[in-house]
Amino acid sequence: MKPTIEKDGQPVAELRRAVKRYGSVTALAGIDFAVRPGEVVALLGPNGAGKTTAVQLLLGLLRPSAGEARLFGRDPRSPGARMRTGTMLQVAKVPETLKVKEHVHLISSYYPHPLPGAEVIAAAGLAGLEDRLFGKLSGGQRQRVLFALALCGNPDLLFLDEPTVGLDVESRRAFWSVIGEKAAQGRSVLLTTHYLEEADALADRIVLITGGRIVAEGTPAEIKARAAGRKVRCRTSLPLEQIAALAGVHGARRDGELTELLAVDADPVIRDLLSRDSGLSALEVRGADLEEAFLALTGSEEKEEVAA
Amino acid sequence: MSARTISQERNLFRIHVLEAKYEFLKLLRLPAYIIPTLAFPLVFYMLFGVAMKHQGPGGAFDFPTYLIATYGAFGVMNAALFGLGVGLAVERGQGWLLFKRATPMPPLAPYLGKLAMCLLFGTIMILALFTLGATAGGVRLPLSTWLSLGAVQVAGALPFAACGLAVGYWAGPNSAPAIINLISLPAAFGSGMWFPIQMMPGFVRKIAQFLPPYHYAQLTLGRLGLDRGEPASRHVAVLVVFTAASMAFAWWGYRRDEGKTFG
Repeated sequence: MKPTIEKDGQPVAELRRAVKRYGSVTALAGIDFAVRPGEVVALLGPNGAGKTTAVQLLLGLLRPSAGEARLFGRDPRSPGARMRTGTMLQVAKVPETLKVKEHVHLISSYYPHPLPGAEVIAAAGLAGLEDRLFGKLSGGQRQRVLFALALCGNPDLLFLDEPTVGLDVESRRAFWSVIGEKAAQGRSVLLTTHYLEEADALADRIVLITGGRIVAEGTPAEIKARAAGRKVRCRTSLPLEQIAALAGVHGARRDGELTELLAVDADPVIRDLLSRDSGLSALEVRGADLEEAFLALTGSEEKEEVAA
Repeated sequence: MSARTISQERNLFRIHVLEAKYEFLKLLRLPAYIIPTLAFPLVFYMLFGVAMKHQGPGGAFDFPTYLIATYGAFGVMNAALFGLGVGLAVERGQGWLLFKRATPMPPLAPYLGKLAMCLLFGTIMILALFTLGATAGGVRLPLSTWLSLGAVQVAGALPFAACGLAVGYWAGPNSAPAIINLISLPAAFGSGMWFPIQMMPGFVRKIAQFLPPYHYAQLTLGRLGLDRGEPASRHVAVLVVFTAASMAFAWWGYRRDEGKTFG
């Protein structure tokens, strides 16, 4: 709906070899990352992965220790870049004694071409709550106010930092439909989340980040295929190298007497194991959580133990 | 298609007016601010100024007139300390200020808005206090004296707004009100804002020399000829140094804050 195409399709937001250190802690270990015009990108990773740090570098709220952050090809601190950006940060509390419409009115005034207040209210699903004080809203409604404040300036680029954290499943889904309908509309969006499901529901492209590094990148389908793994535990006499080399196995390790392996699809792997070791016992299969999926994808420690 | 042309035309004056307007509404709906700022000086004035109209320990000390200067000063000082200090500590501690910094907000807007509203609340309180003094207190002053007293009282918001700024950048959202009360109540008492400094023991009068509110109170009393006769330039100098020191602390706190937002 809105023309957001830049000259030469240059990125609307970009980190170049960006490093951020807090004292001895490295939050971002040199990442390259870009959001292209019209693209909805999810930065997906566990807590402490460096997602918020990446967003704050792009917003000019933090200075990189090394490398560079660009917003619309400029210094993120420049008002020109900020006027084209809308932001939803993890704010614990918004001043509680102002009404919803008053918050929208004030933040809109900062922008040269704001959306009409009524349109913002409707887009964020806040109709009927305009005259409610922020302090009287429920958790889900509060998140929608923060979303409304991000939309106020009719931005070309939306930052949504953990937009549904702390919401129950139902409010989260309701919120996704609001973001999905209204946020996209030709805008570029950078979303951070630690829910794979959320990234899947909203993003064109997922960037997996953990420990301050990008470990994988792809469409939601590609990432899910690799990340939605199963964890299989069993007692077997098969050598570890042989297990790790089986088709569909992403990593294997010994855990005491047991062997543990990660696989995208457990069933064929289990059939394969049983055909090779009829004495296999203590079989247990469960869904790998996101962090295990990350480990399967990065294959850090596990793979080193495998002599394959 | 080419890059969208960015017009940066905004009405900066309008932004600052709105910022101040919503700061006003925000505080007006906050009893924790309104009661200490507006109600305390008026209630205290009724209790101590009006009730003690005819009974000074020294005989005929003019309590209603003395206290109209010092309670007014006390109220303005609190309006500034709480408005800037607590307001900032809360909005900073809850991440609201960080969010606003990510918007194209003019960088000084929230500070100017808060300052303007402290001045406005201070003025409202002083007008109410003057009305109370002229009626129940029976205070009779020439119009020019009322005006110059009010002006000095309102101007006194500036050093304490600076102090509030420093507290706002160093205190947490929960500790800020306690810290400000801990500073302002004893300092106000020791500066002769609640009880005539002339009737305090000698050591209090010595300590008072080191308290910025004392110098502020003396300047307001000077408009009524009730000060202790020290040169006004000295009071002003102390308050200027206090303001500069507060601003330096606030700047230090701001820089420290910028560097430590964790991800």
